[in-house]
Amino acid sequence: MSNPADNRPSDLQRQARPAEEARRLKGVSPGQDAWRRLRNNRVAMLSLGFLVVLGVLALLTPLLPFEPPRRVQTWRQFASPLDEIQPPEQKAASQQASFRDDFGRLDRFSRRLLDVRMAVFGQWSIPPVCGTDKLGRDLLSRLFWGARISLAVGLVATLVSLVIGVSYGAIAGYAGGRVDNAMMRIVDVLYSIPFIFVVIFLITVLSADEIKQKLEGQYGINRVVIFFFVVGAIYWLTMARVVRGQVISLKNEPFVEAARALGAGRLRIIFIHLVPNLMSVVIVYLTLTIPRVMLFEAFLSFLGLGVEPPDVSWGLLANEGIQAITPVRIYWWLVVFPGLALGLTLFALNFLGDGLRDALDPRLKNR
Amino acid sequence: MIGFLLKRLGWMAITLWVVFTVSFFLMREVPGGPFDRERELDPQIKANLEARYHLDEPRWKQYLRELGNTLRLDLGYSFSRPDFRVGEILAQGFPISASLGIVALFFAVSLGLVAGIVSAVRRQTALDFALMTAATVGIALPNFVIAGIMIILFVFLWPLFPAAGWGTLRHLILPGFCLGAPYAAYIARLTRTAMLDVLSQDYIRTAYAKGLPTPTVILRHALKSGLLPVVSFLGPAIAGILTGSLVVEKIFNIPGLGVHFVEAALQRDYTLAMGLVLLYTTLLYTMNLVVDVSYVFLDPRVKLE
Repeated sequence: MSNPADNRPSDLQRQARPAEEARRLKGVSPGQDAWRRLRNNRVAMLSLGFLVVLGVLALLTPLLPFEPPRRVQTWRQFASPLDEIQPPEQKAASQQASFRDDFGRLDRFSRRLLDVRMAVFGQWSIPPVCGTDKLGRDLLSRLFWGARISLAVGLVATLVSLVIGVSYGAIAGYAGGRVDNAMMRIVDVLYSIPFIFVVIFLITVLSADEIKQKLEGQYGINRVVIFFFVVGAIYWLTMARVVRGQVISLKNEPFVEAARALGAGRLRIIFIHLVPNLMSVVIVYLTLTIPRVMLFEAFLSFLGLGVEPPDVSWGLLANEGIQAITPVRIYWWLVVFPGLALGLTLFALNFLGDGLRDALDPRLKNR
Repeated sequence: MIGFLLKRLGWMAITLWVVFTVSFFLMREVPGGPFDRERELDPQIKANLEARYHLDEPRWKQYLRELGNTLRLDLGYSFSRPDFRVGEILAQGFPISASLGIVALFFAVSLGLVAGIVSAVRRQTALDFALMTAATVGIALPNFVIAGIMIILFVFLWPLFPAAGWGTLRHLILPGFCLGAPYAAYIARLTRTAMLDVLSQDYIRTAYAKGLPTPTVILRHALKSGLLPVVSFLGPAIAGILTGSLVVEKIFNIPGLGVHFVEAALQRDYTLAMGLVLLYTTLLYTMNLVVDVSYVFLDPRVKLE
């Protein structure tokens, strides 16, 4: 642009200079700032790493050379992780045929992964380094297959609660006045109901044989799906309160007024303009709700009201472990490993949630 | 104060009514009545029986009648246990669950407070770190896992306690601890944060400056305001202990309400389940109310509206 022959800076250049300086100052978006602060929190990053690895492994479980989780091999029941197991020859041969069936019914994605696994590894699988259970099933494999269900339940149920909570809270907060009052009173009433009991009651009613057959036959709804919705229907309460508070403080901001002046409708303002501004609250709440939901699933499975065998989840595995405690011999691995899996995951989620809350706290900005 | 109590009791009534109504209609929606057997009854006999128990009336009439019975604290007969009224089962189980809950609460509060205060006073030391790590582990582990590990350790490897059952104080300690442990962990973290806040206040410096010994400063001056968050956590903690007792009672084979509840759920004993839900709602609500009222005595700035 500038002409080297001309020594005097032109008007254009003089005007351009501040703009140039401003360009060199790199703006930090709130997201980047939060990410920077989260990166400095070593425990939170460690947790994040752990969760990502766990999530990927759980997703790719069919690809990994584990034994089929439902493969019953009674000759090695309650084998401890330290035992050397010698398979009796003829039995090993007779069970070859059912190898694939022992994975249970899979969705299409998992079947593809399993095809790849069978092509690469064949029937070779990792020996039972975590021991085996009362039917001789490999605990390591069951842990990973259980992770798929436990994590999926945690995620999906939390998302359901998120959708309900955010919509409800945002609508109440934006509407204000009498509507808000009525909506929040309903939340108050729901808050003081001991929900776990209601949920157990609900699941009892919904898994009565006739209703169950009807639901499964006509709609393909099984207990896990019911669980998603029931849990989603409980855990939205806190979310609704938090979101409502945020919306009330945001709804008189100029950008909302601008949207309104441009003729945006109510729902558009709420869901296009307000909700994206709530992301930080929502993310923090998400990481703190997932562990609670997972714990709840474990709790219900433990009581025999959650995931049904032959499906596995961590809660179910812990339950089997505790059932197997006898004074004669201690099958510690059946309690310790599922407990460890559940504990470590919840541990990581809690730490990540705490870290995110600190990182997204606007009061700590630019520090 | 009285107005506040009345208002809260009103809300409690509404909550109980909602629970009752939802449970009632859910129960009636389930196909199959109490007189459906494998062997069909003669239709006329069945009709007579249903008339005797008012099952032939329109739904709203049944609802009103049932509501009236419940208001008179008559919860009807259990569906799964012959010869038992729901009220009798509740009356048997309640003292057992209550004593378990009290022991658990005792563990939660005593362990939690001591750990929290110690780690606040000795902050940034190895002791603080160790206590807070233990607290985080306590929060992350579900109580049935804690129970399993405890049984392996203290029943089989080092036989200090009986494995299960009910009767003596020794039966209570292990389940009480397992039930209280996660809440002890929460209370420890809350106490530590609150105490750290309080310990940097001016009035604590003043208390030290006038020559008070450290235990007096901490226990008399700091602890009182450090307790507030703990007290407000007690409401949810009691709720959690109530629900946690479902699992712990099952593991330790304690004949309390929790076991009845799980059994009622598994055997579809709707009347018993409804009775238990109503009882738990009442308990929970009362506990929260007690917690709210106790604020007034702990913090002179709090006024009940």
